[in-house]
Amino acid sequence: MWNFVSERWDQILFAAYQHLSLVVQCLLLATVLAVLIAVLTVRIPWLAGLANSVSAIGLTIPSFALIGLMISPLGFGPLPSVVVVTFFATLPILRNALVGLGGVPAETIEAARGLGMSRLRTLATVELPMAWPVIMSGIRISGQMVMGVAAVAAYVLGPGLGSFIFNGLARLGGANALNSVLVGVIGVVILALILDLALVGLSRLTIRRGIRV
Amino acid sequence: MSENPTTATHHSAPGTAGSAAGLAAAASSSPGAAILLEEVTKRYPGQPKPAVGGLTLEIPAGSVVMFVGPSGCGKTTTLKMINRLIEPTEGRIVINGEDVTTMDPDQLRRKIGYVIQAGGLFPHMSVAGNIAVVPKMLGWDKARIARRVDELLELVSLDPDTYRDRYPKELSGGQQQRVGVARALAADPPVLLMDEPFGAVDPITRQRLQDELLNIQAELGTTIVCVTHDFDEAMKLGDWIAVFDEGAQLVQYDSPERILAQPANEFVEGFIGSGAGLKQLSLSRVRDASLRQPVLGYVGELASDVLSQLQGAGSNHAVILDRRRRPIQWLTKRQLSRMQLITDQVDPELPVVGENATLNDALDEMLVATSGHAIVTGARGVFLGVIDIEVVTQAITDARSAAQESGAPVGLNSGAVPAVAVAAMDAQNDDAVPLDDGPVAPGAGRGPAGGEGPASERGERGEGGTR
Ligand SMILES: Nc1ncnc2c1ncn2[C@@H]1O[C@H](COP(=O)(O)OP(=O)(O)OP(=O)(O)O)[C@@H](O)[C@H]1O
Ligand SMILES: [Mg+2]
Repeated sequence: MWNFVSERWDQILFAAYQHLSLVVQCLLLATVLAVLIAVLTVRIPWLAGLANSVSAIGLTIPSFALIGLMISPLGFGPLPSVVVVTFFATLPILRNALVGLGGVPAETIEAARGLGMSRLRTLATVELPMAWPVIMSGIRISGQMVMGVAAVAAYVLGPGLGSFIFNGLARLGGANALNSVLVGVIGVVILALILDLALVGLSRLTIRRGIRV
Repeated sequence: MSENPTTATHHSAPGTAGSAAGLAAAASSSPGAAILLEEVTKRYPGQPKPAVGGLTLEIPAGSVVMFVGPSGCGKTTTLKMINRLIEPTEGRIVINGEDVTTMDPDQLRRKIGYVIQAGGLFPHMSVAGNIAVVPKMLGWDKARIARRVDELLELVSLDPDTYRDRYPKELSGGQQQRVGVARALAADPPVLLMDEPFGAVDPITRQRLQDELLNIQAELGTTIVCVTHDFDEAMKLGDWIAVFDEGAQLVQYDSPERILAQPANEFVEGFIGSGAGLKQLSLSRVRDASLRQPVLGYVGELASDVLSQLQGAGSNHAVILDRRRRPIQWLTKRQLSRMQLITDQVDPELPVVGENATLNDALDEMLVATSGHAIVTGARGVFLGVIDIEVVTQAITDARSAAQESGAPVGLNSGAVPAVAVAAMDAQNDDAVPLDDGPVAPGAGRGPAGGEGPASERGERGEGGTR
């Protein structure tokens, strides 16, 4: 095992870097998408309900199946990986964004409007900051989840640690097959821990003192 | 609908002059703005009756107007139409002579302070951040904002160094409410709207906040419109009280004194609640009562002289004044008959009230005093007269008749009074057409119809008498 790792250290590091970079970029994209959808739907009850159901049902789709479905329109390569990872990353964030924005008391929004804040300003300076702790925890859940999804995405030749896992699984019983799988799995777990730590730090920095719990 | 404006103008004729004066005053001296609601109606979609029906209401510059009425009668809706948090379906709202119904609502709201229950503070902003919201939007520089924040915290009796950097969750309910008021006043708005601002605090804090609000209002001269469901609060704070019923139908719009003395109907009486007479007592001041002038004695005078004056007046007590005309003793015939010269002894338990005390205070003093009277003093403790139960009763009666003369601002619903007037007009017109003799016909046609029987009887007798 140790030999396996030291021989392929550069390769592993590069795959880990690619894996993390895919996840972080997709997470960013997903956050923007989820918040945007939540903002647009949260004040319209039936749309908010729909968005909620979609995010609940979406999470039940096996990631592997979705990747398979994406191959025919998008082909092999990083694009289907990005699409699938972003899709799964969006769902928990969307849910939490809906809860967070919906939880801002109507009186607080009215107070903001009553002071002469425009809709956009109210959203940017009151609603989003107040919903941010909940959105942030959505991002953390999402980060954990798509670490695994990104590994599966390597199946379609997307970048990342997933290739170690799938190569190993394909050759199971052969030389170093188990090592390969283990490197992939442990790598993903370590990356997930690093990402979560980073997100906790980000929460500390971005959640205002008055609403920190 | 077309008749309504004319009937409304007709009804409000005496007060329209008042509103013009109010606007002029606001423009020149008072920093508060006059507000005029003109035939304002609000219909919520899917509701058969309007939440606010054709309300015309004049709010004089620099005054405090209280909205009271049962739950769901449209107080909040009316209030929020002033800053257009709710857009009126019909009608105009004029602030300081300017029609605000067509203004940019965000610009408008920055000039109108708005306070809601529990303050509505932003939990993620510090106290200073909350207060700075409007100044920031108005583009003030940092130093000016910081100065203003401290100024306002002091205005609402919070120590700037202690509270500036706190967050709302680190404040008590009363303190949050104070910050809410400070935030609303940040840019010196000429109008302050408050929706049940003191509903969520305990009675003692509420009383303190009310007193502070009155002080602030006296200092700044802001026009305040405040919704409450507490009639006592309305009496305490309001220069004028608007009593609403379902659909924001204005039942009475008048001074607290006059609403107490002359409730428009049982609905208003119900709102005043029990003890209207007692409430009147805390509205009237001793200085407004016509005091009794008792027999007076002076230090160094012969007691027998005062005694004979007492006998002449048929009275039992004489008030003794010192050389500066301050009351020092209250002597009975008996006490006088036992002395020769009147001494300068001071009775420490003399029941004395100042002329600015309320009748309530005076009554309190009287009940404590054995005599059932209290002595009233003016500036520097100079004797003014004596007040007793009868004077208090008289003062209440006087307050009622005086209240009748006060010129209340205009307030009415186009839907209510004119509806009757229009119906009557229609009836008259129906009569007028067949009779075809112009404006005389309705009166002539209707009068006899009602009074036919007695009129003819009287006529016969009258005729008989003359013959
Ligand atoms: N957004 C809305 N949509 C539909 N109807 C509304 C809405 N807001 C208020 N109403 C209705 O309009 C009427 C007046 O409501 P409003 O809030 O002005 O009452 P209120 O006098 O302030 O009552 P309360 O003393 O309970 O606060 C009520 O019958 C209420 O149900
Ligand atoms: Mg209300």
